[in-house]
Amino acid sequence: MPTYVNPQKCDGCKALDKPACSYICPNDLMILDVAMGKAYNQEPDQCWECYSCVKTCPQSAIAMRGYSDVMPLGATLTPMRGTESIMWTVQFRDKRVKRFKFPIRSTPWGSIDPYAEMGEPPAGELGKPNLAGEDRWLGVDELAVPERSLA
Amino acid sequence: MNEAEVEVVETDLLILGGGMAGCGAAFEAGYWAAANGLRVTMVEKAAVERSGAVAMGLSAINCYMGMRWGENQPEDFVRYVRQDLMGLCREDLVYDIARHVDSSVHMFEEWGLPIFKDENGHYKREGRWQIMIHGESYKPIVAEAAKKAIGPENVYERIYVARLLKDPETGAVSGAIGFSTREHKVYVFKARAVISAAGGATGVFRPHAVGEGLGRIWYAPWNTGSAYSLMIRAGAAMTQMEHRLVVTRFKDGYGPVGMWFLLFKGKVRNAYGELYEETQAEALEDFLPYGHGRPIPTPLRNHQMLIDRRQGKGPHYMRTDEALAAMTAGLDPKAVRQIEADAWEDFLDMTMSQALLWASNNIDPAKVPTELDLTEPYLMGSHSSATGAWVSGPEDLSPKGYFWGYNRMSTVPGLFAAGDGVGASAHKFSSGSYTEGRLAAKGAIAYIQDTQGRPAVEDGEVQGIIEELFAPYKTFENGAEKSTKVEVNPDFFYPKQGLMRLQKIMDEYVAGLAANFMTNEPTLNRGLELLGVFREDLAQAAARDRHELLRVWELWDRLWCAEAHARHILFRQETRWPGYYYRGDYPALDEENWHVFVNSSFDAPSGQWKLETQPYHSIVS
Repeated sequence: MPTYVNPQKCDGCKALDKPACSYICPNDLMILDVAMGKAYNQEPDQCWECYSCVKTCPQSAIAMRGYSDVMPLGATLTPMRGTESIMWTVQFRDKRVKRFKFPIRSTPWGSIDPYAEMGEPPAGELGKPNLAGEDRWLGVDELAVPERSLA
Repeated sequence: MNEAEVEVVETDLLILGGGMAGCGAAFEAGYWAAANGLRVTMVEKAAVERSGAVAMGLSAINCYMGMRWGENQPEDFVRYVRQDLMGLCREDLVYDIARHVDSSVHMFEEWGLPIFKDENGHYKREGRWQIMIHGESYKPIVAEAAKKAIGPENVYERIYVARLLKDPETGAVSGAIGFSTREHKVYVFKARAVISAAGGATGVFRPHAVGEGLGRIWYAPWNTGSAYSLMIRAGAAMTQMEHRLVVTRFKDGYGPVGMWFLLFKGKVRNAYGELYEETQAEALEDFLPYGHGRPIPTPLRNHQMLIDRRQGKGPHYMRTDEALAAMTAGLDPKAVRQIEADAWEDFLDMTMSQALLWASNNIDPAKVPTELDLTEPYLMGSHSSATGAWVSGPEDLSPKGYFWGYNRMSTVPGLFAAGDGVGASAHKFSSGSYTEGRLAAKGAIAYIQDTQGRPAVEDGEVQGIIEELFAPYKTFENGAEKSTKVEVNPDFFYPKQGLMRLQKIMDEYVAGLAANFMTNEPTLNRGLELLGVFREDLAQAAARDRHELLRVWELWDRLWCAEAHARHILFRQETRWPGYYYRGDYPALDEENWHVFVNSSFDAPSGQWKLETQPYHSIVS
């Protein structure tokens, strides 16, 4: 199911500093054809169908076509990813349609404060087994040690 | 080709890879580094927001103890992992992950990862160790925290790291070198400690689909084994490189089965309606004591299915129809719809193509069962598999011989590992890999604090590596005119062609799918011979652009992993993990002689591999 780009929709992300699909693709597949001003998948047989580019494309220009050696034609799977949830539309080969909506995040994007309320590490803690903030986050009072040790 | 621009980055701690382990390392390192005035830098070959094995998302966190609710203790987890791994795991490393992992998961939830809850407000369990999540944005959430922890200016993306650097005097790691996949530029990172968290290896073996579906494999195709190849070439001792992961997955889509087995209590039947786990129960008797232990180890379950296959009883089906009928009996339509949504979300969160495969085959899982198949082998240290570096455990619980100064430090001073990079420490999955990154980072910061001065980087070595990195361009330029057809050249091949050759050798000689996971000493020796010739030829691989240059060096990663894998399998004279691979010449489990780890190290100056055993020490009864 490699990605393909709809030339009617892709505008090459002209308004951005780099094409969104090319920025996000984990496998260096999506690139811009400079002459055409549109993106394409330069190595379809290395596509994992992770949908990262599909989800991020500001023009909804990218879709999947089932792997030619694996999948019958005719089905589609289309995400609409918002800030709090994602909606999937599954269309079967026989044209049945199912829709599913799932939450993706319970806090606003950009809101993470990784060391909130942790404070500075106390002196001498670096050599100890406890990790950052575990007094708050571990959920138990004492870090476990095995019942017997050959140390 | 012009000279590449060279940027030198001086840092204290260098994290290679921005996946789960790398992001965990960044989070932990940022905390301890800030207090000590140290700089932390993370390098990623893609974009951290969607990189590593969790890029696509996950529908479950498979390593969570639930200690705060008294659900499991670290001892329980060690016993489980030891049984699944047929008796071999570094119990100190596994225990260490288990006692810390809950804290990482609690932070994920605080940061915004939606986690299913049960009627008591506890995390909803899929199985004893697994909790269910709405994990579409798992990686972007974790990435946000990592970037904030060390500062976005210290995150270098779209850089492929090709080699570690070492101080020629002390042998300590002193940095790494890589190239941009976006411009003609080299990065030389000078560091006082390095964490190798650059992922396990896929694409070493030929998968089921070899056409357009070549990339539809179970583990991420961009995980090319960098974590291992970097450390092997730096001379670090590696352990369990003979180990591998072969798992039962939904056929062709490689979709997850955990929810179907654990939550939906799904059964797998062969084409004749038989439950192979029952009809092939006798096969477990050959691999005692583990065959009697429960759960049945992953390789033994594979073994049972393979026997069933050989008896001509396939295909095997996950009876989704039976499972859903049982699950939904007597429920109202709304509850039934919720179960259907959970079933689809399992795929839509982490293996969308399996959902598309259902749709393209008009499969309604409530009515039609779905075929299962065994995957090709992967080399990884985070699942039911344990390849990776031989590292120090934590001081307070590691037996003598398993501790040498700093948690998760390899045998190369200053070089740490995490995630798929650490061997003999299986079943970490996403949360445990993140936690191991944290453990490695704290160890690395302590190492930096204790070690004065900066290790040396030799300019001559850097120059030599830069020249080598771009040689595939030169190969193409020098030879291109020798053929009217650009794909066929007498002097060189392209990385995709090389990948096919590597996968063919491994498939046929090192117990891949085509060989039904079978090999023996003569077959392995022939495979190693062919790998040796391939190594010579790979030095003549050509690249036409930056993308192909990346692929050439990823192929080198895979070749190093392949060679280590074959040598380890050759050394271990037994069949410990039937269903992962079989030694036809040593078909039995040999607990008396081989209940030990197999370690290897590569000596770059002589080009020699050294293999040896390391004793097994237990800390949990």
